[in-house]
Amino acid sequence: MTTSTSLVYLIALPLFGATVLLLAGRRADKWGHILGTAMSASAFAVGVYQLTQMLGRTNESRPVTQKLFEWISVGSFNVDAGLMLDQLSICFVLLITGVGTLIHIYSISYMSHDHDRRRFFAYLNLFIAAMLLLVLGNSYLNLYVGWEGVGLASYLLIGFWNQKPAYATASKKAFVMNRIGDMGLSFAIMIAFATLGTVSFDGVKAASEHASTAALTAIGIMLLVAATGKSAQFPLQAWLGDAMAGPTPVSALIHAATMVTAGVYLITRSNFIFDAAPTAQLLVVIVGAITLLFGALIGTAKDDIKKALAASTMSQIGYMILGAGLGPVGYAFAIMHLLTHGFFKAGMFLGAGSVMHGMNDEVNMRKYGALRKYMPITFATFGLGYLAILGVPPFAGFYSKDKIIETAFNAGGNKGIILGIVTLLGAGITAFYMTRVMILTFTGKSRWDDEVHPHESPLLMWLPMAILAVGSVTSGFLLSNGDALVNWLAPLFAEHGEHAERLQPMVVSLLALAVVAVGIAIAFFKYSRQEVLAIAPENVSVFTKIARQDLMQDKFNEAVFMRPGQLLTSALVKTDEAVIDGAVRGVGQMALGSGSVLRGIQTGFVRSYAALILVGAALLIAAIWMVTQ
Amino acid sequence: MDAANYLYLSALLFTIGAVGVVVRRNAIVVFMCVELMLNAANLAFVTFSRINGDLNGQVIAFFTMVVAACEVVVGLAIIVTIYRSRRSASVDDASLLKR
Amino acid sequence: MNSLILLMLLPMLGALLIGVLPKANETLTKQIALATTVIVAIVTIAIAVGFQRDNVDLQYVQSYSWIPSFGINFAVGIDGLALVLILMSTVLAPIVVLGGWNESHGGRWSVKTFYVLILVLETMMIGVFAATDVFLFYVIFEAMLIPVYFLIGGYGTGQRSAAAVKFLIYSLFGGLLMLASIIGLYVMSGAQGGHTFDLAALSHLQMSSTTQNLLFLGFFIAFAIKAPLWPLHTWLPDAADSATPGTSILLLGVLDKVGTFGMIRYCLTLFPEASKTFTPMILVLALISIVYGAFLAIGQRDLKRLIAFTSISHFGFITMGIFVMTSQGQSGATLYMFNHGFSTAALFLVGGWMISRRGSSTIADFGGLQRVTPIMAWSFFLAGMSSLALPGMSSFVSEFLVLVGTFTRYPVHAVIATFGIVLAALYILIPVQKALHGPTTEGNENLSDLNLREKIAIAPVIAIIIALGFYPSPLLKVINPASAHVIAQMGFTDPAPTNGDK
Repeated sequence: MTTSTSLVYLIALPLFGATVLLLAGRRADKWGHILGTAMSASAFAVGVYQLTQMLGRTNESRPVTQKLFEWISVGSFNVDAGLMLDQLSICFVLLITGVGTLIHIYSISYMSHDHDRRRFFAYLNLFIAAMLLLVLGNSYLNLYVGWEGVGLASYLLIGFWNQKPAYATASKKAFVMNRIGDMGLSFAIMIAFATLGTVSFDGVKAASEHASTAALTAIGIMLLVAATGKSAQFPLQAWLGDAMAGPTPVSALIHAATMVTAGVYLITRSNFIFDAAPTAQLLVVIVGAITLLFGALIGTAKDDIKKALAASTMSQIGYMILGAGLGPVGYAFAIMHLLTHGFFKAGMFLGAGSVMHGMNDEVNMRKYGALRKYMPITFATFGLGYLAILGVPPFAGFYSKDKIIETAFNAGGNKGIILGIVTLLGAGITAFYMTRVMILTFTGKSRWDDEVHPHESPLLMWLPMAILAVGSVTSGFLLSNGDALVNWLAPLFAEHGEHAERLQPMVVSLLALAVVAVGIAIAFFKYSRQEVLAIAPENVSVFTKIARQDLMQDKFNEAVFMRPGQLLTSALVKTDEAVIDGAVRGVGQMALGSGSVLRGIQTGFVRSYAALILVGAALLIAAIWMVTQ
Repeated sequence: MDAANYLYLSALLFTIGAVGVVVRRNAIVVFMCVELMLNAANLAFVTFSRINGDLNGQVIAFFTMVVAACEVVVGLAIIVTIYRSRRSASVDDASLLKR
Repeated sequence: MNSLILLMLLPMLGALLIGVLPKANETLTKQIALATTVIVAIVTIAIAVGFQRDNVDLQYVQSYSWIPSFGINFAVGIDGLALVLILMSTVLAPIVVLGGWNESHGGRWSVKTFYVLILVLETMMIGVFAATDVFLFYVIFEAMLIPVYFLIGGYGTGQRSAAAVKFLIYSLFGGLLMLASIIGLYVMSGAQGGHTFDLAALSHLQMSSTTQNLLFLGFFIAFAIKAPLWPLHTWLPDAADSATPGTSILLLGVLDKVGTFGMIRYCLTLFPEASKTFTPMILVLALISIVYGAFLAIGQRDLKRLIAFTSISHFGFITMGIFVMTSQGQSGATLYMFNHGFSTAALFLVGGWMISRRGSSTIADFGGLQRVTPIMAWSFFLAGMSSLALPGMSSFVSEFLVLVGTFTRYPVHAVIATFGIVLAALYILIPVQKALHGPTTEGNENLSDLNLREKIAIAPVIAIIIALGFYPSPLLKVINPASAHVIAQMGFTDPAPTNGDK
């Protein structure tokens, strides 16, 4: 493999930015945002440079590596701090730094009134560095550092306004739920080391050819657990909605475009494990299928624009996970959907941020309405993203999502039928809730309060939105034209034979469009033809109520984990105090008690002492006498 | 005469002394009883010396006498001091350590 | 100057110097104490630089006849394990002096006495790790209790006398059992070629398994109290609650390491067979400590007690790493001891500053500190991240090594222990949220941020934590030969990869 000495700059530049901004403190307030943006942009430049270098080489010699130093080496456990850039990671590098830079630019304006803008940029740079380490690490342990690093950045950014207790709680919730997933990654690494003797991607790939299915299945399932935590998949999905407490650019960058897709990266990167472990692969598909419906259903009932988009993100990542679970044929489509989703969802989140910016940070869509007139650019960019997520040709989602639906149908047997129907249904629900978002926000009558004066956002904000909108329109076509992305990634994945095509691509597209049309129509009749109330109606069906409460996910977690955990904790605290320390204190009390009993002998009367001595002497003599007899 | 008789006498004297220490309250009497016990021991030592035919017992008896003499000096001094301070020579009254 | 005995004498000299100073000159006292500890740290670093990494024999060996009639020598020497711990102790000492600059005020005795005690304690900290004579080790092991007893009882807060007595009696109880075992060893050695207390000679003793088990327990219980392992832990929260932050750092950061150090140096070396016999039981105790300590930490309302319980959890990890008998577990445990010293130091330092500013150690009394005192809040946050073993922090490397080392031989134990990392997230993030986040609550509006002295004290701690998180090799290279030696002595080899052929 080729080595490259410039890979480290990808991480070092944003890390330097974060360090400087955090250490410099208030002194950097004036120029902090510029430094942060510059660091992100220069990382993007390094990424582009790497891409051009990579394009100039043949398929086999495209991956480049860089060994930085020996990190942990004990016995046979040897992990270098090493980086690896191949066809898969370059996609992520460009997405992270590209979208990341756009969001940096957007944030300059969006956060301009915030007292702590410098700190915000420091966190963003920290995130970029950690995320790049995640996708560049050449072993599972290096990935793990990035994996928890993005978790930390996410925690810091969700809790950026942590003076509000609810936001602080949201950030804590995200961190803890992510840690449960991280535990899965720890297990995967431990199993890999115990069974295969290595934790590097190359080593595991080589060793997996001789490993037992049981071991690979165990590793695969644990990797899936990790992915569900980071990517907000069922059953660790509950943190994502609350994560919307963070500033909107964060939601766009971390909780839509990049960090939450890390699970897809992990599964795709570990393709050699999942290909050899069908059970684990099946679980991946199941998790993806459940989550895509789960997220979509939550999305239908949310009045908070960001939470609706978050639910949509959850659902779309469900598509990607499902795609990645379909094996070699699906990996490339999962990545393609990931990239296009990165564009349109980031664009829509920025659009939501733009709306909030003009609406005094109001997030309730029931208080929006008729914003098309006041925010034409936001409407246009959001609308293009909307078309892309619906999968309307020729927008990006059409190329990526339809491919996943098609692959799902062609998975064969009942599995194919079920998955195909699930993905189609998901597309329909997606159409419904996204149309609802569009209608509630941009059309109809205005429902906002009098003191709100909606206005279009400044250039620095709408420019990134526009660029992302261009991506939402073109990226799908560019990536799939001549199977560009599929061929680009092909060397990384196992060969896959031609599946018997159950449904022609054209049929799938038509089916999908029909379902989408139904979804749009329902939303149209429900929200455009009827008066939308500014206050959410209470007399709704039980299903709506459940969906509003995120399908009871928090209630479930609270009832099953949190409350018993709290009970256990307080019981243990009391036990420690009463039983264990009580036993110790009991021994002490016993010593004191026996002392006070024996004290009675000390009468203070000389004659009683003398009598005791006499008795003692007599006993002693008696004892000696008995022994010598 | 049988040497054992001296030992019986010694034991008798010792017992009288010990009983006296336990039952009598007057410090002077208690003190005299202690002396009685010491001398009972001396008698035993001298007797054993005689039985064994060496001088060890007699030497120890002399030691005991010296110690007893010192004890008399210190002990009487204490008794006199106590009597002066509390107008009583009863050992039961001198139980300060208890209170 | 490369002599361990000289190194031990240096703090004593400083203590003498302080002893002859007039009581009134408190600043000079502190300056001399600081200078002494800094010099000791520098000399230790010089010793570390001269240490031959690949040599598994004891180095810097010195031995003088002490009590010839019992074959007792004043014998010192270090291997990688001892070096790392001495380095940790002597680097922590100046940080404790600087960080706790004012904590000697308001004590029962003078400022002078405080620093004399600290310096005497430092001598003993070096000696206890360097001793290669079992009797010398025992003497220092017990003598260390005295300065700590006075430091807790004389300069602490709250129920300081009760806590000091509890600490002392607990430790004396363990020490007594150890003394019995040491006498047993001495008697055995007399029957097998001459009375001796030399560690190397004693490790070749032939013993019946019953004898070995009994003697092992004597040592192990003493170390389990010191470490402290569940269920012998209840002295620690009380002691940490009452002691000053600086004393707590020395207590949890250094003194408790004597327990885990002793498990490797004495339990494993002297009683290999008994160690194997008791391993299943000890691993269970370690697991309970990990989970139990974490749950109790979550349930604490007091900041100092919370930190104490996190340490109980961490000591569970260390003990587990020691007894799983893999090179990863062993090296990880040693590295964990070093890292835990600094991560606990950071928590106690910053926690102590927070408490002294606020005048309360109840977590609920704080609130919104991040907006009032950003640097202090950040320091606490980073210390917490180190405690929950975030990758990039040194504690991650050691914790992960322990887990990996455990997994290759005891997968079930490793799986249960890994749940500890989720609990760790909770016990750190809950106080972080309550104390640092949220609106600034009443009583916290006017707290002052860290001053220059405090910044200088905390900066090296955090720098070491982060630097070793990314580049632990310098330490691992010192530790690895020593741990490999222990594992080999015990007759163990690392489990080979199974390829999943189970």
